[in-house]
Amino acid sequence: MKKQDSLQGSLDLLVLTILSRRPKLHGYALMTAIKETSGEVLTAEEGSLYPALHRMEEAGWIRAEWVVKGNGKRARNYQLTAGGKKQLAAEETRWTTVSSAINRVLREA
Amino acid sequence: MSLWTRVRDAFRGDRLNRELNEEFESHMEEAIAEGRDPDDVRHAFGSTLRQREAIRRVRVAGWLEGLKADAIFGWRQLRRNRVTSAAAILSLALAMGACVSAFRLIDALLWRPLPVATPERLFALSRAELTFEGKPTHFDGWAYPDFVLMRSAAKGQAELVAVSYTERMDLTYASDAEMEKGLVQYVSGWMWASLGLHPAQGRLFTQQDDKVPGAHPVAVLSYDYWSRRFGRDQKVIGRTLRIGDQLLEIVGVGPKSFTGTEPGTVTEIFLPTMMHRAVTRDDSTWHRILAIIPPGTGMEPLRAKLDAINMGFESERAKGFTGMPQESIANYLHQRVEFLPAATGVSGLQADYRQALEWLGALVALVLAIACLNVANLMTALAAARGREMALRVSIGAGRWRLVQMVLVESAMLSGLAGGLGALLAWRAAPLVLSMIGSRDNPIRLALPSDWRVLSFGVLLIVGVMLLFGMLPALRASGVKPVSALKGGDDPHLRRRMMHGMIAVQVAFCFLVLFTAGLFVKSFQRLSQIPLGYSPQGLLLLESVAPHGKLPQTWDQVAEALRAKPGVERVAESGWSLMTSSSNNAVAINGGPPSVDLVYFLPVSPGWFETMRMRMMAGREFLSSEVNPGAAVVNQTFVKRFFPGENPVGRHFEEVGDDGSRQHFLVVGVAADAPYRSVREAQLPVAFVPLREVDAKGVAQPEEGITFLLRMKGKDQTALMARAEEMRKAVAAAGAGIRVSNVRTQQELIDAQTLRERLLAMLGMFFAAVALLLAGIGLYGVLNYSVLQRRREIGIRVAIGARKAAIARLVTQRVFSMVAVGVVAGVGLGLASARYMESLFFQVKASDASMLAVPCAVILAVAMVATVPAVLRALRVDPVEILRAE
Repeated sequence: MKKQDSLQGSLDLLVLTILSRRPKLHGYALMTAIKETSGEVLTAEEGSLYPALHRMEEAGWIRAEWVVKGNGKRARNYQLTAGGKKQLAAEETRWTTVSSAINRVLREA
Repeated sequence: MSLWTRVRDAFRGDRLNRELNEEFESHMEEAIAEGRDPDDVRHAFGSTLRQREAIRRVRVAGWLEGLKADAIFGWRQLRRNRVTSAAAILSLALAMGACVSAFRLIDALLWRPLPVATPERLFALSRAELTFEGKPTHFDGWAYPDFVLMRSAAKGQAELVAVSYTERMDLTYASDAEMEKGLVQYVSGWMWASLGLHPAQGRLFTQQDDKVPGAHPVAVLSYDYWSRRFGRDQKVIGRTLRIGDQLLEIVGVGPKSFTGTEPGTVTEIFLPTMMHRAVTRDDSTWHRILAIIPPGTGMEPLRAKLDAINMGFESERAKGFTGMPQESIANYLHQRVEFLPAATGVSGLQADYRQALEWLGALVALVLAIACLNVANLMTALAAARGREMALRVSIGAGRWRLVQMVLVESAMLSGLAGGLGALLAWRAAPLVLSMIGSRDNPIRLALPSDWRVLSFGVLLIVGVMLLFGMLPALRASGVKPVSALKGGDDPHLRRRMMHGMIAVQVAFCFLVLFTAGLFVKSFQRLSQIPLGYSPQGLLLLESVAPHGKLPQTWDQVAEALRAKPGVERVAESGWSLMTSSSNNAVAINGGPPSVDLVYFLPVSPGWFETMRMRMMAGREFLSSEVNPGAAVVNQTFVKRFFPGENPVGRHFEEVGDDGSRQHFLVVGVAADAPYRSVREAQLPVAFVPLREVDAKGVAQPEEGITFLLRMKGKDQTALMARAEEMRKAVAAAGAGIRVSNVRTQQELIDAQTLRERLLAMLGMFFAAVALLLAGIGLYGVLNYSVLQRRREIGIRVAIGARKAAIARLVTQRVFSMVAVGVVAGVGLGLASARYMESLFFQVKASDASMLAVPCAVILAVAMVATVPAVLRALRVDPVEILRAE
């Protein structure tokens, strides 16, 4: 059975946050990072990660560059742009607002 | 940024795919390197194809990618039908290039507003009037004193500006030996400020520079002249030039865009009106009047006011016409002031060529329509061949608009390629046409910028053409119903009927082009066959000047020097030459009242008629002892008018001046009629008088300007003009203080009068040939298509015994009935439109049977030729083969 994508639209926030702390990661490293830092709770599917990365690149939030790896092959590394930093701040605010609202509902309803 | 990368990615889809694959590979390698099971990794990654498509949707501008695919597909289609595509592109290019050229000319001459502050407020003052002889006419020339009265009357309501007709004058920046020609325009000092113009260098003149006659020796150069003559030398300000005996100082250079107020002429030097020699004269109409009428001024009250002022001025003047019959004076005073819109300037070229250019525009539009119909037919035939392909596309889910787009992209490529080629054509053709209507002596200079106006016209044309021939086939293709198309089409005749309809329209247009072209060719022929009464070939004219006048003996000495030159057969002198200038007065017979009909005068030397090879009908030429006034040679029209049925030789007449003064002449000879000033008008009564003029006491008068007439060996124009410089030097070398100001040939003067007709005839013939060719190709295409489509039917008919003639009739009947319909429609259109062009014809009637019959015959002949290949093909249909194939 296929695992459920557990990110529910917060993938952008996670990717931007990780890239803001650890610049120049390729797709696989990003996926691992999400998995590890979330204590294996959150997983980013390849099927959503790559389209999301290209979408964010297209939006100008992240920048990609090719680097040659040890085995002579190329990997595509991503890093945050100035626009991405702004977007990250906006996403963080949105997340805080939404999650505190949900918490209130859970507490008070 | 983002749109740009998406657009860019649309053009490098392969590379994007490769890079995505590389990124995915790298991902999986990392995973495997971490010790995960390769199959597991691949499974987790899912379908790379789907991932790639998901990413491509983000990265690539989809509409553009579709467009690109259509373009590539369209290009392949065009290349597959190479010959037809090339024919379509070439015919469209020709037609579109002609359209753009016509637009450039029409726009530059008739539509483009003058580069001044408020062109839409600009009007020219003209008057509808009668000539002395009572013929209605329009005239926009004014006398300066009249202008002064009108300007002060209009004060506060409108500003009036005087601008002279441009004159080609002798001038020099150094000594007399370095005389050159310059186009001079005298303008009111306040013109610059009134039109909102600013100098490019130095200053422009003002009201202060235009107050006292002869007292403001300042000049402004036009930017164009400054660039060409002085290479934009800033030190030109302060230099002096001399025109006649006026020494003028250059004070500035006009704005870059302003080339004067006469489209077709680029003024070189502007001078204040006060410097004009006739500024104080009330009998010299040497300038136009432009009015700048602000919004809020009532046009009609202002017009009425100016009309009254002008009438007062002219009536006062007419009081001096003591020698004139009452009828002539009444005719003269019959005039009405009018405002004509002058946003685009005013020039003689506009008046002469407005209708001709409009006709030309209509002609090229017709040719374009014919070309478009051709291509539409072609596309329809191609679409028929692609019916199954379209049906297949619809069945696998292509949307209607997607198909329209596909066909339109193909049309756009055709019209775009044709437009590009056409632009090349237009770039060269418009200046070529201009050079054809200009003469060496009076070159037409018209700014022909390739600016946004021309560009947007071109783009509109390309889009329009694309829609015109592409939309119908596109809609039809997209409307295809897969089931019926795959079955073989539900109405095979519909398409053929449409193509036949287009043939009829094409033939009608083609007839129209041929018909009008025929009328113009005939007009030109008639004009060139006008009997001249002399032989112009081999006549070289030296227009010469002597600044302060020279006595006849001096002029004769120079003539003698010219006579000694090799190749010069005869030399004579005249005041001016036929077709250049005119001088007229009333005459009186037997001391009677002055005539209403004016007589035209030309002073000539002894031997002039012989040099011209003008036939003497009676009497003799002048003797060297005869003087003016005294003897006269009159022409046949003069005799018909004043001495009907009598022998005029030995009779007398008097020349009557406006002031009533009378000069006595004895008729010594009668010369053959020859056009005096224009080959177009009816023969005028002409009196030739001796060149040698004496005053009342019989003292010879000095002459300031005379034309030497040289009869040369050989008739070749270029050979004739090649001697110009030699003759110019010979006159200067005679050392009599006489200088040649201009060299022309008599033939050139005659040709200059038929330039418009020559141009119309040439372009008419050219476009008629193009239209005919296109219509022929169209006809051939349609027939060929219909034979292909009806092969089965023809095969069956042959198999059951149809004769060859019957087959041929079967194939051609419909097409010929369409040609007949087209010709009939064309005759109707032609007769209707000819009425609007009448003023361009010369002694030609549109309703003339031969004018209609020739185009009919030509079109029928072309139709015959165009059907031959299709008929042959139909006759070669082998029933066995057809039936076997089925």
